Amino acid sequence: MLSVAELAYSYSSEKPVLANVTFAVVAGEIVSIVGPSGCGKTTLLKILAGLLRPIKGDVRFQGEIVRGVPAGLAMVFQEYSRSLLPWTTVTGNVELPLRYKKLDRPARARLVSDSLEAVGLSGFGQYYPWQLSGGMQQRVAIARALAYQPKLLLMDEPFASVDAQTRADLEDLVAAVRDRFGITIVFITHDIDEAVYLSDRVVVLSTSPTTVIDVITTELPRPRDQIATKALPTFVEKRSAIARLIRRRNADSLQHPAPRE
Amino acid sequence: MSPTEPSKAATSALLGALRSMAVRWGLGVGLVALWQVLAMRAGSIFFPPPTEIAKRAVELWLSGPPSRLFLSDGVFQDILPSLLRLLAGWSLAVACGIALGTAIGRSRRISELLDPSLQFLRAIPGPALVPVFILLLGTESTMRIALIAFGSIWPVLLNTIEGTRTVDPVQLDTAASFRLPRGALLWRIVLPAAMPKIFAGMRISLALAVILMVVSELVASTNGIGYRIQNAQIMFLLTDMWCGIVLLAVIGYTLNRLFLTIEDRALNWHRGARGRSAA
Repeated sequence: MLSVAELAYSYSSEKPVLANVTFAVVAGEIVSIVGPSGCGKTTLLKILAGLLRPIKGDVRFQGEIVRGVPAGLAMVFQEYSRSLLPWTTVTGNVELPLRYKKLDRPARARLVSDSLEAVGLSGFGQYYPWQLSGGMQQRVAIARALAYQPKLLLMDEPFASVDAQTRADLEDLVAAVRDRFGITIVFITHDIDEAVYLSDRVVVLSTSPTTVIDVITTELPRPRDQIATKALPTFVEKRSAIARLIRRRNADSLQHPAPRE
Repeated sequence: MSPTEPSKAATSALLGALRSMAVRWGLGVGLVALWQVLAMRAGSIFFPPPTEIAKRAVELWLSGPPSRLFLSDGVFQDILPSLLRLLAGWSLAVACGIALGTAIGRSRRISELLDPSLQFLRAIPGPALVPVFILLLGTESTMRIALIAFGSIWPVLLNTIEGTRTVDPVQLDTAASFRLPRGALLWRIVLPAAMPKIFAGMRISLALAVILMVVSELVASTNGIGYRIQNAQIMFLLTDMWCGIVLLAVIGYTLNRLFLTIEDRALNWHRGARGRSAA
């Protein structure tokens, strides 16, 4: 589905952000990318989406090298309040990307109502995004991405700025959405618990200049449950393993400080 | 809860509203009353009292036949042409200002190409161009509309440049990630995002347009409110002159209120969104 080979990126010549990032995502997977703050996770996701060009290496989406945003890809941003357009309603926001696909009006309306229903926001179509809570706004952003019918959904720390309970609900929503729509999901987070809980595999990044330290398979059964899954020995073991990986690299980089993003 | 309490609350709300109205209008009414008293005492023909001005204004503009809503010939000969030129000039300024401003705001190359010339042109006071415009465009309405447009374009233009240049990068990334075509990016993201700043510019431009309308009618004109004021002064019809000045104030005030009402509706989302993020 998605393969990333020897990716490198820097905003200025002396400070490389990404040094060498290589991993692959199989169709139908949920893959999380975790790493310490400032390791260029968002930069990496923008390159995956074709919003930024890497200076070295390449990204392939369904076998094709990514140059510019490919069709069949949707993105959910961390800053939901800035990513949703305040001048149009929830329906207007979800419908906007569909206007430029070859769809007739009834098909469009059906996609909008189906995806709002999938995120539990039926009946909120006429509200403006700013009339909703943070968690609901992020649901609108997810509905907008779902209505677009992507093959691959990229999510950039989508739940970093909502409260804990909302966050748990939204995590389960992501899992439900994957099961229902069969989308492949790449999920960026700095929360190791969230990464292990949601994913089939976790890509662990180092501090900047960033490389892939390891790719961990979570080996947890589905469907997952916020309480039961997190109590499984495998869950505890995996999250400790990832935490250790990140801490060890952090300690190394403190002795030899690397430039930050 | 006793049944009188709600009515008490209503009474105090009414009192509050009355008090705020008294504060808003009190000074204005007081000043007009003072003007009336001073003018009547002085008895100077240069400063007729407001009642005199009001009486003359009715004679000039509101003494027509009922079939024309009591509007006199003066309304059709002077006020209407003035207002039409004002609206034509301002509309032209708004249309050109938004189009040019968007091009400059969204394209660095166009910005580098045009910015120095625009900064230079902006420094020219509009009224100074009246002689040039008369030479190029004659003394008809075209010249006056062009002058109003040229003089009032700057606030719209500069605010559009600023507004379209500072669209939130997250909104642009969102548009790009959904592969919105260029036209959609412009109409559905860039222009709505810039609208609050564009509206602010349009309002300043409207005030400038009123000034330029008067200036354009002071030279080589045969009708219009500005022409009437100047003509009345030459003919020593001082009450008529004051009527024109008061009329300009009324027009300026009304246009501004009208514009604010439209802006309020168009930018309802902006107030809502801002109120939420500030809370």
